[in-house]
Amino acid sequence: MVKHAKPKGFYDQFLRKAPEGGPAAGTTHYCPGCGHGTVHKLIAEAIEDMNIKDRTIFLSPVGCSVFAYYYMDAGNIQCAHGRAPAVGTGASRTREDAIVISYQGDGDLAGIGTAEIIHAANRGENMAVFFVNNAIYGMTGGQLAPTTLLGQTTATTPFGRLEEREGKPIHMAEVVSTLEGPVYVERTTLSDARGVMKTRKAIRKALLNQVEHRGFSFVEILSPCPIGWKMAPVQARSWMKDNLEPVYEVKQFRNIEDKIRKSGRLPEADDAALLDMLVPKMEETALETSILDSEKRIKIAGFGGQGVLSAGTLLANAAIAEGLEATWLPSYGAEMRGGTANASVVLSSLPVGSPVVSSPTALLAMNGPSLDSFESAVVPGGLIVVNSSLVKRKVDRDDVRVIYAPVSAIASEVGFLKGANIVMLALYLFESGAPGIDALKSVLPKLIKKSELVELNLKLIKRAEEFYAAV
Amino acid sequence: MTKTLIKGNHAIVRGALLGGATHFFGYPITPASEIAHGAADLFTRSGRTFLQAESETSAINMIYGAAAAGARVMTASSGPGVSLMLEGISYLAGSELPAVIVDVQRAGPGLGNIWPEQTDYNMCCKGGGHGAFRNIVLAPASGQEMTDFAYKAFDLADKWRMTVIILSDAYIGQMMEPVGFPSEVKHGQRKDWAVYGDAESRENLLTSIIMNQKGLSEFNEKLQAKYRRVEAEIVDWEEIQTEDSDYLLVAFGITSRIAATAVRMLREEGIKVGLFRPRTLWPFPSARLAELGESVKSIGVAELNDGMMADDVDLAVKGKCPVDRFNWFGGYVPSAEELVEKVKEAFNG
Repeated sequence: MVKHAKPKGFYDQFLRKAPEGGPAAGTTHYCPGCGHGTVHKLIAEAIEDMNIKDRTIFLSPVGCSVFAYYYMDAGNIQCAHGRAPAVGTGASRTREDAIVISYQGDGDLAGIGTAEIIHAANRGENMAVFFVNNAIYGMTGGQLAPTTLLGQTTATTPFGRLEEREGKPIHMAEVVSTLEGPVYVERTTLSDARGVMKTRKAIRKALLNQVEHRGFSFVEILSPCPIGWKMAPVQARSWMKDNLEPVYEVKQFRNIEDKIRKSGRLPEADDAALLDMLVPKMEETALETSILDSEKRIKIAGFGGQGVLSAGTLLANAAIAEGLEATWLPSYGAEMRGGTANASVVLSSLPVGSPVVSSPTALLAMNGPSLDSFESAVVPGGLIVVNSSLVKRKVDRDDVRVIYAPVSAIASEVGFLKGANIVMLALYLFESGAPGIDALKSVLPKLIKKSELVELNLKLIKRAEEFYAAV
Repeated sequence: MTKTLIKGNHAIVRGALLGGATHFFGYPITPASEIAHGAADLFTRSGRTFLQAESETSAINMIYGAAAAGARVMTASSGPGVSLMLEGISYLAGSELPAVIVDVQRAGPGLGNIWPEQTDYNMCCKGGGHGAFRNIVLAPASGQEMTDFAYKAFDLADKWRMTVIILSDAYIGQMMEPVGFPSEVKHGQRKDWAVYGDAESRENLLTSIIMNQKGLSEFNEKLQAKYRRVEAEIVDWEEIQTEDSDYLLVAFGITSRIAATAVRMLREEGIKVGLFRPRTLWPFPSARLAELGESVKSIGVAELNDGMMADDVDLAVKGKCPVDRFNWFGGYVPSAEELVEKVKEAFNG
């Protein structure tokens, strides 16, 4: 008498299925004649024979095989519907030596999870995907699958699948093999013993690819669902031969054996290297701490490319160097693409509340549109510095102090038009006194890498000083 | 500590790496994209893992897989992306997996715009996805807190096996401020429940499906009991001048900074106003608010939404004092002066 034993890749007793043990702990939950039991068994045998039980992370999908973890004696993760290839990506990027198996049905992989499978395949993730295609949704009660055949009757196609309504069946092995990522793509069938043996071989091949770190393997397995198809098990197998296999060609689509997938990850930085990388080293400045009686709210505005954002960061850095509190808030996102930009800087001796500058104490207007936009918002008694190289009109207000300075022209004379923002900022510092010009000079070399640029900026500051003295 | 002028969105990446983050899976979205940019640079250079996913749905499931395999893992997004992640966040709760999610809030609904709102409050603080679950929600109000909260988020997530959401906003993310960084690197420990793909963890299973009612009921009871412990242990807030206040402003994130300025301005006018700023939005500091509800004449909740936190304040004070609601939408951020006017109107009414 032949004694059939369970493969060692299975648990001895399925106690997650039947915690009380007994006969129920010795059988699967699958229906008679279902292909899942066969595929499970082939995988379990392979895991045992290849000695990879301890290394295996088995992903259960949503569908009839949601409970694959009842049976597989491996590390088990159950996934959301269709998401197993993304879950597997996360797992295999964390445990690079793990054998990651994604076991999915046709609703899971070819319906709700198309994005996940396509992109995991395209990245060539180190995982083996076993796609059980039985052309119907089993667990939810026999509804249309993306792989249901034309004319096939299901709970949601009671009059048969119609091309005009549901489209034609999707061929996942063909789709996946259009991508360059996978190393191995094959479609097999469980319709007869020969097909089962070929499936056994394909499963082992896919798992060997994992052991060898070759990358992404995809095995589509045509599988019977007698209950869903409303057929006897034997009839179901001949239906596969007559109907399923003519639509889904059983063949090997790709087999690349000379590829090794590298992780591409750089060596892991130790604590010292990480701290060195992440924590900026700034020497303390010897500058005297400034005191501001009230909050300074500065709006720096101009065309994109005039350096208004960087003028803002320089101002905020200069303030910090003098022991002040500072915030810097940019215009950003889609707004930046309109060609104008502005930075809001708030300086204070106290912690800064709102970083929003709706009523500036100072407006540094690098161009006409900026003056038009913000002139009226400046507080009475505030300051407006106008780039008179570009702004031809005068300020309408008579309750603010105004400096007209040709900052673009001054920068051009030094041969560095892009430095107009520095001239503008320097004028503000000369006028306001806090932070002082020395604070700006002290932060320049820390923030600007090229020493010749620092020299140019210092020259611009000198020119600004001469201009300011003459005003 | 020497401080560096840095954007909140950049600071948070550094805080996370110093806090032991090993993996980042994300998808770009304004105004959170700089976090992905920073992570792509720093996670990669430091030999950690950065991967841009094909969608937020995939990103959250990569997080599920990496967390299941023992990683300290994070992502960053904004409202529309976090909406897509809710399915995965529910599964994370169901399998009790630790993860860190940064939500740099923008204005909604739908595509909305890229300016600040605080309308992800309910989605993040009430669980968000299907099922009765919670996330730990931290509300940073500065670049420093972006750093500090990211630094401690992974410890919190691991300890409680929960998702920690750092609920920021477009201004806290985009703003540059002086920030000091921790000088010690944290590391995650081996987890006895994770699936490492090794002999020791072979028996482990991470799943959220429990078919029998009794089993799932017991699991939910266990989750709820855990949430009660979290509430007792980690609730956190800041109070400014609440000791003698007649009027209490309650605000978080960017709005709390405007409220802090408003408090200063109102005090200058002789109106005794204080500020209560939750640092954890879940758990919500209800008990302390209930106490304050007894001592103040009125409370005003300022937020960039339709009163989502005000609902929680109402629940906390249980009618002991009136709760005014000051709400703005659409990415509009009020000035302190506007809030001052609203408070004066409501208080002197």
